[in-house]
Amino acid sequence: MRNLLEVNNLTTYFKSNKGLIKAVDGINFTVSSREILAIVGESGCGKSVTAKTILGLIGQKKNEIIGGEVLFKGENLLTKNYREMQQIRGKEISTVFQDPMTSLNPLHKVGQQIAEVLTIHEQISRQAARKQAINILTKVGIPSAASRAEQYPHQFSGGMRQRAIIAMALVCRPDLLIADEPTTALDVTIQAQILDLLQDLRHELKTAIIMITHDLGVVAEISDTVAVMYAGHLVEKAPVKLLFAEARHPYTKGLLNSIPRPGSRKKLEPIPGQPPDLHNLKTGCNFADRCPSVMAKCRQQSPLLKKIAPDHQAACWLYEEER
Amino acid sequence: MLTTNNNLSSQNKDSKVLLKIRNLKKHFISKKGLFFSKEERVKAVDGLNFNIYRGETLGIVGESGCGKSTTGRLLLRLIKATAGQLEFDGVNLMDLNKKELTAMRHRFQMIFQDPFASLNPRLKIKKIVAEPMLTHQLHKADRADRVKALLEEVGISSSYLNRYPHEFSGGQRQRIGIARALAAEPEFIVADEPVAALDVSIQAQILNLLNKLQAELGLTMLFIAHDLSVVQYISDRIGVMYLGKMVELTNSDQLYQQPLHPYTKALLAAIPVPDPELRTNKNHLAGEVPSPLNPPRGCNFNTRCPAAFAKCREIEPEFKEIKPGHFCACHLYSREEKTNEN
Repeated sequence: MRNLLEVNNLTTYFKSNKGLIKAVDGINFTVSSREILAIVGESGCGKSVTAKTILGLIGQKKNEIIGGEVLFKGENLLTKNYREMQQIRGKEISTVFQDPMTSLNPLHKVGQQIAEVLTIHEQISRQAARKQAINILTKVGIPSAASRAEQYPHQFSGGMRQRAIIAMALVCRPDLLIADEPTTALDVTIQAQILDLLQDLRHELKTAIIMITHDLGVVAEISDTVAVMYAGHLVEKAPVKLLFAEARHPYTKGLLNSIPRPGSRKKLEPIPGQPPDLHNLKTGCNFADRCPSVMAKCRQQSPLLKKIAPDHQAACWLYEEER
Repeated sequence: MLTTNNNLSSQNKDSKVLLKIRNLKKHFISKKGLFFSKEERVKAVDGLNFNIYRGETLGIVGESGCGKSTTGRLLLRLIKATAGQLEFDGVNLMDLNKKELTAMRHRFQMIFQDPFASLNPRLKIKKIVAEPMLTHQLHKADRADRVKALLEEVGISSSYLNRYPHEFSGGQRQRIGIARALAAEPEFIVADEPVAALDVSIQAQILNLLNKLQAELGLTMLFIAHDLSVVQYISDRIGVMYLGKMVELTNSDQLYQQPLHPYTKALLAAIPVPDPELRTNKNHLAGEVPSPLNPPRGCNFNTRCPAAFAKCREIEPEFKEIKPGHFCACHLYSREEKTNEN
């Protein structure tokens, strides 16, 4: 089956007075339809920048340098102009951001805001748009949707707002939803509800999801495939079960050893040190300074993401011989 | 572990108790309406009863708005309680005047959530760490050495003494915040979400550091967090809070293996487990936390509780010891209660 999204050698650099920041430095991945791909990594690893670059939200300004290709249904999104991207955003690719408090316009009714998406992208009457907005609000689990649609965002709780934002993102039945930390601002019981909702909707609406998160628990709960990012590079990619059972990259292993697991008091083994400063990256592998199995080669040349087993890719010199 | 088989009333005489909290309440009042004629009362903390034993780490877990941070601030007397009793090492903190309280303050310190906001950006870190000693007149002779030793203890090289907070990363700043809390040589530390702002790999470093320090210095700690896995990793006992009340309190393993309160069970089911093999279609809690301005009648949890029955909507359950060392506020267990404890 053809891939819905194909990201080839994507780079996003920012020019700053301190020099070039390589926020995303040559990453490759694909998303097939109805797949949930989780991109996981710590702050500053480039996961959100990747999402924004795919959406064309980065790349308009002079100090932003974009390279590579983003093929969506075979067309390169990076060559499209602003107007063309506006046609795609919200209709074919839509987003849910982290903060449910700032993603809605406080001056418009929730129902209106959802209907607006429809009136922009489709030939549809106001009444019909309103009806569909209420439908989708019901679908995302908002009780008495018809009266809720007449309310303003401040009358919604955090969890409800995130549901409304998901409704807005999905009202045009997009092929791809990019969710950037959609549950980070929510309490655990609400987070569980939202994750359930996303799972149900992807089957019902046949939407693929790129889930950006720092939480390995969320990754395990929802994704089909996981891509681990570190300092602008993808370091490992595998189906979710394989990744948790047989992590190969030392960074992924380190991450898995540093999270407390419910019910276990096993001593955590943190990764020593901290992520590198993107202003002055050394040559070689970005993880070399923190890596327990670092070799001479790691300091000379950066490893590329390569297949190390069926369905399993890693960017690490340790597995070079096995190829 | 210091959980005893005694019930609440007999624990009072126990010298192992460092903090004794009885019926502690904090209500915030806001005036609304024309000429502030209407009064709205938020019962942020509404009747807490528990002890904190010397040398233990007591974790407090709950969702936003459950009153866990208010509890931490109340115990340190950073805010004044509306009602109730609060005893620290036999001294009633509610009765102390400002001067007496200041004299006590070095015995209890706080570690804050946000390492970016809790350090003065204009002070060098050696000043930041020395400040509690200055305030409390400690270590007049060897203050500089003490600062060095404290920073080394938390893993900050003493060559950084003359740097400012902005030169450090989040994890390092949190280490400096910990060194500052330790500078006053406290017996009791309240850590309010100390790792919530940190990345996972750094979070584990700080958790291990807190564990190490607690064991080495024999500290008593109240560890407040929303993340049950984190709380469980670090705490001896855990209290679960919901809408201003404690609903369950027991030791860490017990809480995970045999939770009693329906809310605790729901909370445990809601944690995303970092293991895709354990992914199941669990029954997740519906609805959201009611507004603390207008809490439901009876048990606070009855609007979301899968096991609620008529009594829960009428009468508020008492926080009682249901098994030795295992406290819970739920009508489901009222039949199992032992005959009159007090």
